[in-house]
Amino acid sequence: MSMAEHDVFVIAEHLEGRLSEVTFEMLGKARQLAGASGGRVVAVLLGHNVSTLAARLGAADLVFTVDDAALAAFNPERAVQELKALLSKEQPMLTMIASTSMGMDLAAALSAALDWPLIAYCSDVQAQDGKIVATSQIYGGKIAVEAESQGAHTIISVLAGVFPAAEGQADKVPTVQSVPAAATSAGRVRFKGLTVPEAGDVDITREALLVSVGRGIGSKDNIGLVEELAEALGAALCASRPIIDSGWLPKQRQVGKSGLTVKPKLYLAVGISGAPEHLQGMKDAELIIAINSDAGAPIFEVADYGIVGDLFDIVPLLSERLVEVRA
Amino acid sequence: MNIIVPVKQVPDLVEELEINDEGTDLERDMLKYRMNEWDESALEEALQLKELHGGTITVLTVVSGDADVDEMLYTCVAKGADRVVKVVGDFEEQHDSHTTARALAAAMRDMPCDLVLTGVQAADDLDGQVGVLLATFLDLPHISVVSGIEVDAAARTATVHQEYAGGIMATFEVDLPAVLGVQASRAVPRYAPVSRVRQAMKTARIEEIEVGVAVGSGATVRRMFKPEAASHAEMLEGEPEEIVERVIEILRERGVWRV
Repeated sequence: MSMAEHDVFVIAEHLEGRLSEVTFEMLGKARQLAGASGGRVVAVLLGHNVSTLAARLGAADLVFTVDDAALAAFNPERAVQELKALLSKEQPMLTMIASTSMGMDLAAALSAALDWPLIAYCSDVQAQDGKIVATSQIYGGKIAVEAESQGAHTIISVLAGVFPAAEGQADKVPTVQSVPAAATSAGRVRFKGLTVPEAGDVDITREALLVSVGRGIGSKDNIGLVEELAEALGAALCASRPIIDSGWLPKQRQVGKSGLTVKPKLYLAVGISGAPEHLQGMKDAELIIAINSDAGAPIFEVADYGIVGDLFDIVPLLSERLVEVRA
Repeated sequence: MNIIVPVKQVPDLVEELEINDEGTDLERDMLKYRMNEWDESALEEALQLKELHGGTITVLTVVSGDADVDEMLYTCVAKGADRVVKVVGDFEEQHDSHTTARALAAAMRDMPCDLVLTGVQAADDLDGQVGVLLATFLDLPHISVVSGIEVDAAARTATVHQEYAGGIMATFEVDLPAVLGVQASRAVPRYAPVSRVRQAMKTARIEEIEVGVAVGSGATVRRMFKPEAASHAEMLEGEPEEIVERVIEILRERGVWRV
């Protein structure tokens, strides 16, 4: 209790019985911060029958679990109620929440409910003279902001993949403290079920060669151009989010945060600017070649080779030559 | 079915973004603005729900900074919005989400509705997403990153999907009114022909609501900068023919396929 003003809380995230990687990434960073400030690393785990998951959070000094049948699946309303009750009692210096679909429902709601400042989309954080200073990636990753919290308690939402997960994994068994659920009444949001996508005709996570298409392709009529390129290369075709949302390719072909993570031998990105959500799903490909009309596109920061130009000039020519050389 | 759609303008990311001399904000004089693309999806979803259930759509935007929002609002009318409202007050220089959400909440207190649809996020949400903040200030339930909204008007509920990584989706039922952060609409956001926008400019009226709210988010910008890339691609230059030959050479060298 006495040290709470230096504590770093990490809200653990899990789905289908698995803790997400970003939970460990946050724990690793929290260890570093707490080491400097003299506070504890405290993980918070909401769910039902979560003792096995709690045991995996050994990088934390303490794990609070709220175990309740109503928390078996993520429910934004219930999760906010439980976290609000716990955080207002514990008063940590810093609360780290993943910048994910679930985290988006938590971080801003807790900021408004507790009147604690929130810095979102963080790629770094430190405590400087008792103040939380975090680096946020905004404007599609084109601009970074070093923001300083004016509050005694701060919430940050943390981008997945920016801190090493290994530092948040420990073999030691953490101290687990069970907290009774705060909310008892029926809420206004009811979980109805989880849908796992059926396997498509192609599993892009298993393909060695991928051609990926983005917004730069312009219209559905032009998808044929990249299909031809994929065929000429013997690659599978995948895409960034806008293409899937437009219904031009099926959901199973989506690479990125809300799609699939791929690590192919070759990732040939056509007309993809490289929003952080997309880069997260493909940056570990062995060889990345990107074609884009904007020389400042973030995709060129993860690509091995870049081509600034009109894809409508390059792609048909490349398809044609590939067919010739591979014949 | 009365739907409120809070929208905002954000700098167009297709343009080069410059930082001011103090290093604290974008150089806003030269900026080109556009409607936040997730808000466009929220508006499209609202228009689709109106087609199914009838009712009205009210578009709200908080006027902050020097961005001219009139054309955006007239475009919303041209697409099918019934009312367009500017929320004004003593927060013109504020761009943060907390102030925006407080101003929207104040404007909506006397504006009964069945559903609030807004974009799940915006490019400049440094201090969090407006929809979730707004819902909390109004004590309404909220769900972020949603698609596939189905409304049961009689039961006053909506069934929505929330998307997770790997294409996994949760289904939730939520009591109305609720605030939903729209990730994707069921159809590509419609396009408003220039002639319709011009017509809206002549016939539609932009309303104004003045509110007084506390400003600021509790987080201040120390420094804004362009992130230095840890690495950068080797750029292939020349005529398309030369570039293509170089790509083929690279693919060969890296053993991408055996010839």
